[in-house]
Formats: sequence, structure tokens, C-alpha cells
Amino acid sequence: MKYNFAVDGKSATVDADPAMPLLYALRSDLGLINPKFGCGRAQCGACTVHVDGVPTRSCVMPVSAVAGKKITTLAGLGTPEKPHPLQTAYIEEQVPQCGYCISGWIMTAAAFLRDNPKPTDAEIRGALAGLKCRCGTHMAIMRAVKRAAGTAA
Amino acid sequence: MNSPIISRREFLQAGGALVISVAIPGAVATALSQSAAGAAGKPPLLPDQLDSWIAVLPDGSVTAFYGKTDMGQGIDVAIGQMVAEELDVAFEKVTVVLGDTALTCNQGGASGSTGIQFAGIALRNAAAEARRILVERAAERLKVPVDMLVVDNGVVNVPGYALQRASYGQLIGGQFFQSKLEWNKRYGNPLAIKGKATPKKPSEYKVVGKSYRQAIVTEKVFGKLQYVTDMQIDGMLHARVVRPPNAGCGPQTVDESSIEHIPGARVVREKELIAVVAEREWDAVRAAEALKVTWAPACQPFPTAETLHAHIRQAKVIGSETPIKKGDVDAVLKTAHRVIEAEYEWPLQSHASMGPACAVADVRADGARLLTGSQKPHYARNGMGKLIGMDPEKIHSSWIPGPGSYGRNDAGDAALDAGLLSKLTGRPVRLQYMRQDGTAWDPKGPAAVYRGRAGLDAQGNVIAYDFFARGFSRQDVVQTENEPKDTLAGQMTGYAPKGNIIFQTPSEKYEFANKRCGWECIAPLLDRASPLRTGHLRDPLGAETHFASESFIDELAHAVGADPVAFRLKYLNDPRHIAVIKAAAEKARWSSRPNPNRGKGGVMTGRGFSYTERNGTIVAVVAEVEVDRASGRVWAKRFTVAHDCGLIINPEGLEIVIEGNVVQATSRTLFEEVQFNRDQVTSVDWATYPILDIGDAPEKIDIVLINRPDIAPTGGGEPSTRTVPAAIANAIFDATGVRLRKVPLTPQRMKEALARA
Repeated sequence: MKYNFAVDGKSATVDADPAMPLLYALRSDLGLINPKFGCGRAQCGACTVHVDGVPTRSCVMPVSAVAGKKITTLAGLGTPEKPHPLQTAYIEEQVPQCGYCISGWIMTAAAFLRDNPKPTDAEIRGALAGLKCRCGTHMAIMRAVKRAAGTAA
Repeated sequence: MNSPIISRREFLQAGGALVISVAIPGAVATALSQSAAGAAGKPPLLPDQLDSWIAVLPDGSVTAFYGKTDMGQGIDVAIGQMVAEELDVAFEKVTVVLGDTALTCNQGGASGSTGIQFAGIALRNAAAEARRILVERAAERLKVPVDMLVVDNGVVNVPGYALQRASYGQLIGGQFFQSKLEWNKRYGNPLAIKGKATPKKPSEYKVVGKSYRQAIVTEKVFGKLQYVTDMQIDGMLHARVVRPPNAGCGPQTVDESSIEHIPGARVVREKELIAVVAEREWDAVRAAEALKVTWAPACQPFPTAETLHAHIRQAKVIGSETPIKKGDVDAVLKTAHRVIEAEYEWPLQSHASMGPACAVADVRADGARLLTGSQKPHYARNGMGKLIGMDPEKIHSSWIPGPGSYGRNDAGDAALDAGLLSKLTGRPVRLQYMRQDGTAWDPKGPAAVYRGRAGLDAQGNVIAYDFFARGFSRQDVVQTENEPKDTLAGQMTGYAPKGNIIFQTPSEKYEFANKRCGWECIAPLLDRASPLRTGHLRDPLGAETHFASESFIDELAHAVGADPVAFRLKYLNDPRHIAVIKAAAEKARWSSRPNPNRGKGGVMTGRGFSYTERNGTIVAVVAEVEVDRASGRVWAKRFTVAHDCGLIINPEGLEIVIEGNVVQATSRTLFEEVQFNRDQVTSVDWATYPILDIGDAPEKIDIVLINRPDIAPTGGGEPSTRTVPAAIANAIFDATGVRLRKVPLTPQRMKEALARA
């Protein structure tokens, strides 16, 4: 089956098994490298993209379910020339170590800050619950989200 | 879009290894092309050649060739600083190439926090020698004695004579150094080299000791970094492995018709190793799920998870050592006024890397390519060569950043699996594991039981101290992939596993008059490929051993009614150790009193102390916890860490590394335990192997770095890991008056212990 959708502002067409997760369409068919395969079970967040603005685990979202939708990946969220505030904050705080988890944290936090521009610590922790980071960079993640929100101490 | 396709175009490098043109991250690609272009004159890649370590390019930029790898902590930044310092060039002029068999000598890969301690010293000596040679050339060219010359950012000057100058680029003139170094003839971590030059004194440092950032962070943040999972070779197949559901039970029949309906999917089998390959990745994933295999009947090689530690206590001992023996512990224990005794248990733990491992291999008749996230790409090359029957010198292996690491994780297995599958299919192969292959089948951090006994006299002095460990070796599989026997691909194709018998005693400097510390190792649970084989997990055995030893010290302090910090200081003489302990206590505003505080309310608070040493690095930690009486939840809310690793190269980088250690060690202490039944590991994903969630992350971590410029640098990548677990357990005791001696310190265990109290 053929499916049309937009990725980072460009239209894309993928011919695939309807059950194939979006992650494979993005990586294998469209050659994007930033959403990562972490678990295939929607448990870690490494594959997170925005589907019509909603953070979505692309490893379990069938490609057939995103036909006609707008998808934004970490590479489309901002660029070195026009970075998203979270990306700037991540660089300032030198957050990632292995960095493989990064799409989960930034894409989830970006949607959260869009709707909650001045969150408390507890709200940030709640919004980011469930995401995994094996390197233990959580302290730096908290600093970066607060920096991006302009609420850093 | 930006897919990194590797072309099939290939060319032979002068060194003999097959080079397959690779679109791998910038520095390596650039260095490879330079190396190939100038290969005619380049000396062989041997440690006694200066050109093996440092290249000065005509534009004055410098490339340093570092035979280790970086797991995201930015060791390459520190190495770049050390090289820039000795060469007197700006940090920004130095590019560090990591872990590539065509470009770097085997310095052991990431291993034992020796990145600066050993491998960095080699680079420092090489850079100092390069500077010496360049300055001597400048002296000849400018006809000025060497001692009248100064170097400013790669330009050799005669002070006061502005026109008399020569840049490094001019002095090297597009040539190689062609200069020899002294080499101790060792490879791996112990590799040491030096030239005639004397490296700078710390008082002269301008770049070392300052904080520089990781450029690679920016690539990660914009989603541009190519990980090993993003590597492609033109014409490659996608592969997935199919592991036995029950440990020790190989395949009997494979029903290839079960995947006939999936386009291009087929089975690849070599003895007990089963994989599927397909042209498209999703088809390989589907095929691995759909493949019907009949496996040998379950054989119950494991104890139950509940009886693991009973098994460890009863199992036959296959090796033991008592490295610390001072005085007559047995005699003094018999006559002691009081004997304190306690036992501690640590579970099996998984690396549970952020993503399951991936490797890309291309095996051809005349050579091969390996792209791997293994911490040790040189050893992975050797093991792959032995497995596929190819001279390792004909294999070009490159480390590419992987989905996490922290020891001998599943990346080492993926490398050899990929090599074998490429050989068997005659195609380039990209193998990626699925989540369960990573969590269930990675080598595990060893489980162990520890027993402490101490004799006290009537005044409460410790007069005898006895500490013993019994557990699985830290090297059921050796920490490198140098031999196929230490990989699943080897073990599933006829290589019998044979590990090393090695354990650990606590690393501290308590001066007890009679002291004995030793260990006993028990056999692996299975003599074949096993999901519960044990291997190196960050700070191998460090968290395990020092959870027990520093908990026990705390129990002794409690037994004699002493403040835990004062108790420790009473038995220490080493001024560095004392200074670190005092620094942590002072920063945390430690109030001197005996534990426990024993809170009365619904939320009980407490503070705990712990101190350890690791290969020269000394760390002290204060943990402050909250324990919720109703739920049993422990929140490790605050940490204060004092850290002395000698000379500090990059303070902010070091702080970030310490933070990661503290949080990861907190995760291992509070949450992590591999689940299994008699036949299989049932921890297969994040739901069944939970780790710390951001809701459990500390509120604050304060770090005191103690810089000792005149003491040679030691490691920072692991030492703080071992200090954290006991600090948390000791804080829980302070908060509740209840001692938890079995990790992980889960809410369930906390509640049960509170109910018993």
C-alpha cells in the first residue's frame, strides 16, 4: 500500500505493509536517522516524533495510521541555524552522553513546553515520566528543560 | 535525505587491510583519506612510530590517533586538551580520531577508566615529542638555539624578532615525522610510549585544567550524528537473530516455510546460531518473529530467582583468593568483646543499553569491514577474524558511536554475529538486535553474597575485620571479543566458553590491626551460551562489593555509637583519603551524630555516608533520602560527592561524568534486578527490567572536585559508581533505623523491613 504524509515540511510517499511501524518508514524508506529503534514496544521514547504536533512513539504506530498527517522529527524541530530553545539548552547544558535517547526527551519536552510554558519541577518530571536514559543524564535534562522554559534558577 | 550510504567502491591501503569507502563521521573519514593519500610514505601503524599517534597537517591542524573509544562522556575532549597543551596549539586545532584499526594503535578500547590514566599519557608523550621535533626543525631553519624559541598556537617564534617565525605547517611540510618512540611492547591498556621530550610541568598548563565542550553533542542534539545503527553499506542485507527461548537448548528443526510469505526473507544458520535476513529491515523483523523453530526441551539450568543467593552460598567454589591478610583475624575474633556480623546480597544486573546492539559487516574474499559499537574495536576485529577464518590484519574495524555501552554489553556479540552472517550470505550485513536480545542476552553484572565480621574490644575499637565475597566471576566472558569463545556467535558455533576466575576485594584504606579480605568464585550456571553469563558492567563488581563493605562499616559505626564520618576517619591515615571524606562532609554540612535518626512521620529523612577508592581515584558520597512509610518508596533526593582523581583535565566534563555515575548507580541500587525462571531470563524489556525514571532522579547533586595538579591523573569514568549504593543504604538506615542488605532496595523490601522492625 502507498501512504502519503509530510515529514519535516516535505511530502513523502511510502509503499509498505500497512502494519509496518512508522519508524521503519522514516528510517528505511526515507533515510532519516534521528528517530532511533530503542525497544519496539513504546517503552523508551527513542523513536519519538510529532504526529500533527503530538509526541508519538513511531516504533508502534502503523504507517497506515499516519496517512495525510504531518510528522516532525528532531531534525525538523530545529536546525543549527534556527534551533528550538530546547536544542540550544541541550547544547548549553551538554546534556547527552550516548545521546541515543534524545528524540524521546526533546520531542516530548517540546510539546510539553508548548502547552505549559512555565512548568514547575514536578510538572516537568510528570511530563517526562516513562522516558528512558541509560547514561543517567536526568539532572542535565532537568536543567535544560528549565533553561529552555526560562525558569532556570 | 541524509542517509549515509557506503559505496561498494574499495581500494587497498598500503597497510594491506581492505578499505571500503565509508561515509562515517567526519574526523575518521578525513583521516582515512589523508592516510590513504599519503600512504606511500607513512610508516607502519605501530606504537613505536610517532606518526601512529600524531599528524600535523600542512594547514597546521593536528590529528591525534587514540586507540580507545568514547561512550559519550567526552574522553576525546580531554585527550584533545592534553595533545593541544603539549603541542602548544589551540584546542580547536586538534581532531581526535578514536578506535579505528586502520588509524589507531590498540590501546585497549574503553576499559577500566584508563582513558586518561594510561592512554592519555601515551598521547601526551607523543604530542610532547612532536613539539620537540618541530621546534628543533625551527631552530635549524631560523638558525636560533632551541631554548630561545617559544611556540604560540602552532607558530614557533623568536621573542623580539617578529619576522623570525615558522609555523608547524611549514615545518612539517606535508611530510610524516618518520621518528621512533620508546614502546614497552605491550598492547591494550598497558601500552606505554615515550619520546625524548619531557612533557610540560602542570604549572605551565594553559589548556589542561580548563573546561571544553563536546562538539559531538551538537550533532546529537540536531539529530545529525550517525550512530552505528545508521550505517549502511550498499547492497547490504538486514539481519535479526533468533535466540533460544530456553537457555542451553539449541535448535532441532527450522521450518523455513514459516517465513515464505515475507518478501526476500530467508534463514541463515550455522550450527546453533540462527538468523533471518531480508532486503528490507521490516521484513527481517517480521521474519524473526514468524520463524518457527523446534528447540531442544527445556533443561532447567538455572535456580529460581528467589533461590539465586542460596545457590551462590551452596555452590562449589572454583577459585578463591585472600589478597588482604594482616595479623591474626581468627584468633582475635575468638577473644573479641563483641563480634558484629552481617551479610549482603547483590543481584544479577543487565547493561540494558539504551538500544539493542547493532553491527555492520562486509566480508569478502580478500578482506572485510566491520562497523561496531563495541568498546574495543581492535579486539572485535581479532575475534571476528578468528571466527570467520580470516587474518585479522585484513579486517578494517571502526568504532562508531552505539546505543549505549558501559562494559561488555551486547555490542561485542553483535560484531561477531554480523561478521559470521556476512560470510555466510556473501553480502554486507547490518545486524540489529531486538530489545529482548539486548536485555535478556547481554552478559550480566555478577550476583554475589558478601559477609562481614568484625571484632570489637570493650572500648568499641575494631580489633579484627573479616570481609568475604562469594559470587560469579566478573569474567565468565572475558571483557574483550578477542576470542570467539567469549561471544555468543562463537559459543553457538562450537567454541566452548572459558572465562577467567576473577573477583574483587574492597578498595579502601582502613587501618584495622587484624584485617582479612578475600573472595570465592562459583561456576557459571551454564557451560554453553548463556543469557546469565557474567561479564563487565560499569565499574565491574565495584558497586556490588562496596555496597556491602561500606554498609558494613556503617553497621560498625552504629554498633559503637559513633558518627559514621568520625568512625571512618578514626581508622584512616592516608591524607588524600581523609581530605576527600572531609570535603564531602563539609560540603554536605554533615552534622556529627550517630545513626539512626529514625524518623517518626509518614516521610522519614536520613543521610548516609560512603567512601571508596578505585585505582587511585578517591570518592566520598553523602546521600540524603526520603523514605515513604506507607509505600516504601525511597527517594535519593540529594547527593554530595567529593572526588579526587589527581590532576583534572576538564572540570566541567568531569562533573557531567560524575553526575551520570551517581544517577546510574542510584538506578542500579534502587531498581535493577534481572528476573529469570529455571529456564529463561524473563527481563526482556524496560517493563520487566525497570531502571530509574526521571521522577526518581535526585533533586540535586553537589560535586566537590579536588584538583591535585602534581599527582598523575587517574580515572573518572567509573569510581563514583561504587560509592553510591552504600551511601543510599546508610541513609535509609538513618531515616528508618532499618538496614536493607539486599539490592535492589525496592519499596516492597522497604515495606517488609519496616513491618518487621
